[in-house]
Amino acid sequence: MARISGLDLSKNKRGIIALTEIYGIGKSTATKILNINNIDKNIKVKYWTNEQINNIREYISNTLKVEGELRSEIQLNIKRLIDIGCYRGIRHRIGLPVRGQKTKNNCRTRKGKRKTVANKKKVTK
Amino acid sequence: MARSLKKGPYVSYTLLKKVINNKKINKKIVIKTWSRSSMIIPEFVGQTFAVHNGKQHIPVYITENMVGHKLGEFVYTRIFRGHAGNKTKTGNKKITK
Repeated sequence: MARISGLDLSKNKRGIIALTEIYGIGKSTATKILNINNIDKNIKVKYWTNEQINNIREYISNTLKVEGELRSEIQLNIKRLIDIGCYRGIRHRIGLPVRGQKTKNNCRTRKGKRKTVANKKKVTK
Repeated sequence: MARSLKKGPYVSYTLLKKVINNKKINKKIVIKTWSRSSMIIPEFVGQTFAVHNGKQHIPVYITENMVGHKLGEFVYTRIFRGHAGNKTKTGNKKITK
């Protein structure tokens, strides 16, 4: 059982892939972690020794910000923007794209599901 | 693209002069400015700027958290008051402070 930063990693996945299940670790960070601890990235999690798991755990807790800690940091950054009332904060507050994208159509990720407006005038040719 | 660090933050010279003058006489006179692109530097904290939004000057009180942003970020140039016929959400959704 490889329990790292409060998360059980999948046993049957390769190390590099399994590590990306942790929030805040992508492929490149995962490769770095495994390289530093001298573990082949293609070895599956179930073949890791306890010592290796401990090494990884130690490395992550000493150098990286992951999971809850990272999430709360991001939330704090957004909250700061909202509190000072700058343009980016306003965009966060009303749930529209923050980085200057067009909002005529699309941007559904930020706006959520489409809200149909009743009796909207159709453009006739 | 980010500004070169070598140059330091951009602050309009006339604006800087007025802030320094304000500090010298130890008063907090509201500084009227059109320079929305000026960076807020630590010296500005506690001052009030009247920043132009294209039509009029909107007063902005500078707090410590605002350092590193630009003056124009706090004064919006567009006002969105909801769509026509959208009666549930009338009012000043995105009006300036």
